[in-house]
Amino acid sequence: MSHHMVEFKNVSFRYPDGTEALKGIHFRMTHGESVGVIGANGAGKSTLLQHMNGSLMPTSGSVTIGDLLLTRKTRREIRRKVGIVFENPDDQLFMPTVFDDVAFGPLNLGMDAAHVRERVHGALSMVYSLDLRDKPPHHLSAGQKRAVAIASVMAMEPDILAMDEPAASLDPRSRRLLIMLLKTFSHSKIIASHDLDLILDVCERSIVLKDGKVVADGWSAEILTNRELLEGNNLELPLSLQAR
Amino acid sequence: MHMADALLSPAIGTTLWAGTAAVSGYASMKLRERIDDRIIPLMGVLGAFIFAAQMINFTIPGTGSSGHLGGGMILAIILGPHAAFLVMASVLIVQALFFADGGLLALGCNIWNLGVYPCYLVYPLIYKPLAGNSRSSGRILFASVMGVVAALQLGAFSVVMETLLSGKSELPFGAFILLMQPIHLAIGVIEGLVTAAIINHVRNARPELLESTAASRPLEIAISLRRIMITFAVLAVITGGGLSWFASAHPDGLEWSIEKVYGKGELPEAEYGIASVLKGIQETTAFLPDYNLKSAGNKSKKAEGAPAWPSADAGTSAAGIIGAAIVLGLILLIGMGIRTFRGRNV
Amino acid sequence: MTFDALYYDMGRLDRLSYGDTFVHRLDPRVKVIATILFLFTVISFPKYEVVALAPFFLFPVLLITLGEIPALFIFRKVLLVSPFAILIGVFNPLLDDGIVAVIFGVPLSAGLLSFLSILLKFTLTVSAALLLIATTSFPGVCHALRRLGLPAIFVAQLLFLYRYLFVLMEEAMRIIRARDMRSFGTHGTDMKVFARLVGILLFRTVDRAERIYCAMLSRGFRGDIPSLRKYRIAAIDLAYLATTIIFLAVFRSFRVTEGIGHIAQELLR
Repeated sequence: MSHHMVEFKNVSFRYPDGTEALKGIHFRMTHGESVGVIGANGAGKSTLLQHMNGSLMPTSGSVTIGDLLLTRKTRREIRRKVGIVFENPDDQLFMPTVFDDVAFGPLNLGMDAAHVRERVHGALSMVYSLDLRDKPPHHLSAGQKRAVAIASVMAMEPDILAMDEPAASLDPRSRRLLIMLLKTFSHSKIIASHDLDLILDVCERSIVLKDGKVVADGWSAEILTNRELLEGNNLELPLSLQAR
Repeated sequence: MHMADALLSPAIGTTLWAGTAAVSGYASMKLRERIDDRIIPLMGVLGAFIFAAQMINFTIPGTGSSGHLGGGMILAIILGPHAAFLVMASVLIVQALFFADGGLLALGCNIWNLGVYPCYLVYPLIYKPLAGNSRSSGRILFASVMGVVAALQLGAFSVVMETLLSGKSELPFGAFILLMQPIHLAIGVIEGLVTAAIINHVRNARPELLESTAASRPLEIAISLRRIMITFAVLAVITGGGLSWFASAHPDGLEWSIEKVYGKGELPEAEYGIASVLKGIQETTAFLPDYNLKSAGNKSKKAEGAPAWPSADAGTSAAGIIGAAIVLGLILLIGMGIRTFRGRNV
Repeated sequence: MTFDALYYDMGRLDRLSYGDTFVHRLDPRVKVIATILFLFTVISFPKYEVVALAPFFLFPVLLITLGEIPALFIFRKVLLVSPFAILIGVFNPLLDDGIVAVIFGVPLSAGLLSFLSILLKFTLTVSAALLLIATTSFPGVCHALRRLGLPAIFVAQLLFLYRYLFVLMEEAMRIIRARDMRSFGTHGTDMKVFARLVGILLFRTVDRAERIYCAMLSRGFRGDIPSLRKYRIAAIDLAYLATTIIFLAVFRSFRVTEGIGHIAQELLR
């Protein structure tokens, strides 16, 4: 199904201060895939993710989401298809209450009040956070904020879900709940994370980045058990695979 | 310092609120023209920043006491006058609600004193001309100190005027001024120095944040703004002081016209009847600032000795005290009753 | 108060504001209007009025008890902001010392009466303001302000301010703690360090604003913050407002307290 395909063709990106964050990134994603993006700090994971919805535009190369080539004009349309959950939920939950936040997306899509309420209800139920509906975000714990941030993106019913460090600052239980949740989502997923065990659990495919380049792209089961590959790229085996 | 509700009269409060509301509407309008919608989150977050920064203390050299940041000038330098005004107003609203810092009715005065003066008078008329193209840290230092001092002097003076014209305080003008202005001069110098330090730091590290460098608007706009600002300054003087003065002049006007119309001894019944009722209403409603009881006492002796209205004297009698005690006792009982009732049900 | 103390105080008041009592459930618009009318009525009393202010304490007392707000908490906050009013008001007895009444053998000067009046008005107005936020969440107040005519852009950024208020205070707290941990007495709190710390906080704030804007765009933001109407005025809200207005009108126009006192005096004879 072409409308779920993501294609990065030779994408390079240079920040205004000169840093070359991405160099010739080339990969494809098909409908329903779960892809993990792993790499050391500064490898380019976040930068790559931000190209998924046009928050950043490639300096050269092209990004295609479904049938749409990413340009300034198509950005808006693409943002309906790709939902990004950012690293810091505080940056993403900017409305006075949880309800307002989850409703933000649907309201911007132009839906009427009844549909918006439905979407909000559905999204919050999906992340088991209906009881948080009227709370202000600053009264929530890190795990709760994370869940609500996901709900706020899911309320727009995107085709592709992109997440940047979803398990950061989560306690073990919240992290486990998150993993269970992600496994239930049938959307195409692309997840950037340091948490290699999470990637192993959730993503059947992995892409390894180093210095802005793709150095490996294949099954997670193969990549994440390949110690030489991982250590050669400033990574390690997932903790669950390491001998105690 | 903030104006408090308890020292405010309805006339002054309303006047300043009207002024503040007008400026808020104007600022919102100008902001909408800007079409840059990234400014809304920026304003909100900067407001929270100012709030948090105001809570951080620093020691004032030589005194050992601690100082705090005001923020109006910094906001104006980063955001420009319109956005900065709205942010200052917001910060004051939060302070009024959460800390009861200055009352809700006095908020009109406080937003005027701490928002309009720095953003619409001092920033365009004093800071910008003095700072020039903001390339020398010395000039910025000078401009900041001059600007903040001016803003605080205007603010302090307005507080004095607003309090005096409200008529609830006995402090004479001279003593009050002598109390407020020098303190705020010292505060202004310190805050100006700190503001300059911050602005210079920003200028070196991230100059694109400053409004003057980011939006390369030349001085010509500042000049046409000048005309508007001078109008504003005149308006500021009028509303901050003048209009209220006019409002406070009324009771004497009313008195005078009553005596003129009814005269003394011409229509004694009518004088007792209508004049005393009018006087009574005027004194009890007190929607206009009060004058000193001493002179009121004299005037009421002149005017007919209307015995029905007790407001010609202090309004406090033994009966009043007893009644107050009873009423307060009742209220306390009601309160405790509700408490226990809820406690039992929970 | 130290930063920490201020922060926790605000947090406490903020949490109280999300309570679920009868008072909390009233429409915010009605509460804002009632509070403003209350404040206006209280400060409209003449300079020397003391006795007639007594019944007005019913308003804060009812809000405190029905809203389940800790009374001591409110009282403490009132005390905390009293210095300015006291400072100005205390000159009244000194400067206006003509004796105007002798009650139970105690001579009362006009200045003393006006000072008492200021103190009573102060307590009433400050507690009313605090109780407004204690019984109505800040977003509720903002909603009320919006419906009462405040420009949309003003309210939008006001809500943002509130949202990030605690976030930024926490950041500032961390910065201060870092500063205090490494300054052994002196030079920690000097102005140069302060300017630098504020600069850091400022840059972080601006960066955060960028990220927030990015998040907004990612969810379709086009310039107008959308909102769903959540509050509806019910009969109970109008009843509350009407009762308040009647109460204010009655106790402002008639000398009820003195009347009660007269009756008591008669009975005691």
